[in-house]
Amino acid sequence: MLGVAKTASADEIKKAYRKLVKQLHPDLHPGDKKAADRFKDVSAAYEIVGDADKRAKFDKGEIDAEGAQRQDPRFYRDYANQGGAKHYDSQQGYADFGDISDIFSDLFGAGGRAGAPMRGRNVHYRLDVDFLTAATGGQQRITLPDGKQLGVTIPEGVADGQTIRLKGLGHPGRGDAPAGDAMIEVHVRPHPAFERRGDDIVSELPIAIDEAVLGAKVEVPTVSGRLNVTIPKGASSGQTLRLKGKGVKGKKGVYGDHLVRLKIVMPKTIDPDLEKFMQGWRESHAYNPRTE
Amino acid sequence: MTLDEQDLIREVGELSITRLHKWLRMGWVRPERREGTALYHEVDVARVRLLYELEHTAEIDDETLPLILSLLDQIHGLRNELRSLAQAVGEQPPHVRERIRNAYIRIAESDHHF
Repeated sequence: MLGVAKTASADEIKKAYRKLVKQLHPDLHPGDKKAADRFKDVSAAYEIVGDADKRAKFDKGEIDAEGAQRQDPRFYRDYANQGGAKHYDSQQGYADFGDISDIFSDLFGAGGRAGAPMRGRNVHYRLDVDFLTAATGGQQRITLPDGKQLGVTIPEGVADGQTIRLKGLGHPGRGDAPAGDAMIEVHVRPHPAFERRGDDIVSELPIAIDEAVLGAKVEVPTVSGRLNVTIPKGASSGQTLRLKGKGVKGKKGVYGDHLVRLKIVMPKTIDPDLEKFMQGWRESHAYNPRTE
Repeated sequence: MTLDEQDLIREVGELSITRLHKWLRMGWVRPERREGTALYHEVDVARVRLLYELEHTAEIDDETLPLILSLLDQIHGLRNELRSLAQAVGEQPPHVRERIRNAYIRIAESDHHF
């Protein structure tokens, strides 16, 4: 059965068996019914002659080939042929069919069958982005769980919680289907001076008492750089100056505004000059801002 | 019947856990994952047994094994699609089946298929 002489050595038998397994293993012949029978016979024969004890008994006629046949194991192909191995099946076999392959995608893609070509799953990541990078856009590197580095372009004006989609960087598709996408959820780190409200940026601007009274030109930091801003004469704390178009780029491509909230800050120490002036001023110009 | 990893190792004699983990890493075996543990269905067990036989009995090396596996998976994929297609054709009324049959013969007999 194994094609070896009665006097074959253990090594020769093993070698012969190995060759026959390669030739006859039913899983290497998915549609060939006879392969299973031949393989079973060969396996049974090897069970006997591959085992020195059994071989001796067989040679003496104590057991026969039938007696040694092991229980019928179910081969992989038995499952695969019943459609039980869909998660292993590959549909790469008709990619070269041209237009015809569309018919297959129509047939097999529509129902979303497990074995049909299937788009890869999306992969989700979280990315912490610096406030200013989010406002003005930029590049940031992200390290994927598998250690790969990915350069992510942060679009200008990206908002906290927004998702950046990188097409085709998710799990690979099955068959001809495209890969999934990498979905990167952006978390914008807060900024010590700027606060974002929609597409507007809000910041507070401390001004001196004289600047509030007399008006002034001061430099104001914005997300896109420093700007000279005119503080009107007689400005109050809480008053807001609107810097048009100096916010962040909105979804429609229109920039929001930068709102500067004024805050009058007293000098650290009230010097005698200021105190004296105020006393004189109060006598003739007192006003009550709580009633106005 | 599903097996967990330990049962599987016991079921497929002489299979080492290192070997199994390698196959998992390579994606050659893809058990169901439930709450972090792997569940091996009968088909997965049969596949593990096949891998084991190819490696140990047939002594197929690490470079050739994925090639065989890939071809096998392609064959099974195609066989399943073909079977579904044949079944779909079989469900059609006789005159439709007849038309498909004629078209099939015409295409099969011509030299230029596409």
